[in-house]
Amino acid sequence: MHGLKKSLIISAWFMFLTFPLMVIRVNTIYKTIEWRWMNLLWVGLGAFILSFVWRYLLQRRELGRAKKGSDQTASLPLAKRLAGHRHFRVAALAILATVAVVFPLVFSTYQTNIMTSTMLYVVLGLGLNIVVGLAGLLDLGYVAFYAVGAYAYALLNYHFGLGFWTVLPVGALLGALFGLMLGFPVLRLRGDYLAIVTLGFGSIIRLVLENWNEFSKGPSGISNIARPGFFGMNFTVSESVTYLYYIMLGLVLVTILVVNRLKESRIGRAWMALREDEIACQAMGIDKMKTKLLAFALGATWAGIAGVVFAAKTTFINPASFTFLESAFILSIVVLGGMGSILGVILGAFILILLPEYMRAFSEYRMLLFGAIMVLVMVFRPQGLVKFQRRHYEVKETGESEGERPAIKEAGEQA
Amino acid sequence: MEFFWEYFFGGLTRGSIYALIALGYTMVYGIIELINFAHGEIYMIGAFTGLIVAGVLGVLGFPGLAILAIALVAAVIWAGAYGYTVEKIAYRPLRNAPRLSPLISAIGMSIFLQNYVLLAQTSDFLPFPRLIPNFGFMEPYSMVMGSSDFVIVAVSALVMVGLTLFIKYTRLGKAMRATAQNRKMAQLVGVNVDRVISATFIIGSTLAAIGGVLIASHIGQINFFIGFIAGIKAFSAAVLGGIGSIPGAVLGGLILGWTESFATGYISSDYEDVFAFALLVIILIFRPSGLLGKPPTQKV
Repeated sequence: MHGLKKSLIISAWFMFLTFPLMVIRVNTIYKTIEWRWMNLLWVGLGAFILSFVWRYLLQRRELGRAKKGSDQTASLPLAKRLAGHRHFRVAALAILATVAVVFPLVFSTYQTNIMTSTMLYVVLGLGLNIVVGLAGLLDLGYVAFYAVGAYAYALLNYHFGLGFWTVLPVGALLGALFGLMLGFPVLRLRGDYLAIVTLGFGSIIRLVLENWNEFSKGPSGISNIARPGFFGMNFTVSESVTYLYYIMLGLVLVTILVVNRLKESRIGRAWMALREDEIACQAMGIDKMKTKLLAFALGATWAGIAGVVFAAKTTFINPASFTFLESAFILSIVVLGGMGSILGVILGAFILILLPEYMRAFSEYRMLLFGAIMVLVMVFRPQGLVKFQRRHYEVKETGESEGERPAIKEAGEQA
Repeated sequence: MEFFWEYFFGGLTRGSIYALIALGYTMVYGIIELINFAHGEIYMIGAFTGLIVAGVLGVLGFPGLAILAIALVAAVIWAGAYGYTVEKIAYRPLRNAPRLSPLISAIGMSIFLQNYVLLAQTSDFLPFPRLIPNFGFMEPYSMVMGSSDFVIVAVSALVMVGLTLFIKYTRLGKAMRATAQNRKMAQLVGVNVDRVISATFIIGSTLAAIGGVLIASHIGQINFFIGFIAGIKAFSAAVLGGIGSIPGAVLGGLILGWTESFATGYISSDYEDVFAFALLVIILIFRPSGLLGKPPTQKV
């Protein structure tokens, strides 16, 4: 009963809140007013239902907090237990690999194209994951490096006729260079300040691309960018889409491999230490400057590569593709998936790209949903879909004989 | 020198508006040490509410000054309500979370509000009626400073003085200062911290809404995206002056306004926003605590 009353109040509050913007549409030139009372009804109804969900979730969160620490192993979800089985893992990977390889042969060009762009975002997400997820540096100008890669290919192709494969490493290098350029001056900054400066940096790059006509052709962009070639063979459009799909598949694999190795390496550990506590980390003798710069540069490298592929895929680029919203979108992939987790980022990219793509009716509400997802994930599941598993080693007392060495067992821990 | 005074007063007008919005950032940052990323969107919502109310009243045939007053009041009420709600949904549940979480949820909130207005209204630029009547201020030199510039500067100055007095002498103001200094201690001596934080958000949003209506009527058009750029610029102003410091926000706003006005006037108008961003980056690199701010102490 109490909950019902509360929900009614909340519903009334939201109806009041959204009243002017949702109900009235006014045109001051023709002096017309349009009243849309139905919207008010929907808002009231929606707020009423959602308030129950919101309270239920909040309650569950509190319960979860209280229960945490009492029993952890017993409540391992089924998926996690399955993933622990070696045979299952091998089988799943084999099926996944087969599907990935056969995909463009079975499905249409349109589907292949969507899949390619999804993989593009997987690479971008994994790159940003290095900076945000591992090193804990919130970078809101990530899309600037993406733009650097894309424009590097477009301009080099336009002026000098350089091919895709030549520019790919150049794009990566330029991305890294710009990453250093951003990273160096902001070494001292953290948290909110860092977020704002990177946002400013991203905006500066976009504004320069938009206004420096002699260099970048301004808002009209660059068209007729060459698709990637293969030893001078001529492709039809659908063939080159398939070809690009396989290039992207390869890139995703390389990215996963590299990021996975990085995570377990000395540098990866240093990043995570930096994320947890900067001062303690310095006290342990980690070179803060080098570690941070490396995170920026490596993250930007992947963005540069992805940019080159993006330019080759769309054959047309202009500054409108590199706005802050794009950065926020990549960030929401990382956040939804689970910061620091590779599997999470891949899942996040697939969900956030494929869902609006296949549910056309919702595409209008895409950005609205992204915003809501970012808030909701942070409030109710800050670790994202896939919790980041930190590898650690457990020492178990066998207790049979004094002289026996304790068995060292590898195990996952709740990070 | 021909246009010097024109640029000077143009910068003053811009600067006062930036200062007005920057106060919201500074107050919130002072209390919960968090940048309210959605603040620019509150400014935008204030402007939209002003437009809608002014439009309806205009059609009904109200006189000019009454429209201005009612539109301002409505914008203030609704922006305050939005500020309160945003805090309740996106910040309060994350009060004790790691620092990155509220930041991301704030960005999410900002994107959400932008798209909400985009869907509820349109993505087009909407014409905003000129609410401030032309009463011939500085008549022979009206090129230099028109009546709407004068009203903006005057209102901003009044509001800022009022805010300073409010924080200095009222009970709530004192509670705010106490909370800003040490949240836990304030709680121990009987300050209702939750209420203080809500009040801070509401006051900050109100100031942004006043700025929103005034500048929209000055420029003559708005769309759903104006909050983003204005928010960034006002944030730059707050940082420039030293975030957390109220006179700093005013100083920062004025400096930013003049920088932009002179740079676009004498150098190039294509790069208007670049100057603000560049200024922000430069300040943060060389003086992260701003002109009037004190360097933060690091808790270990």
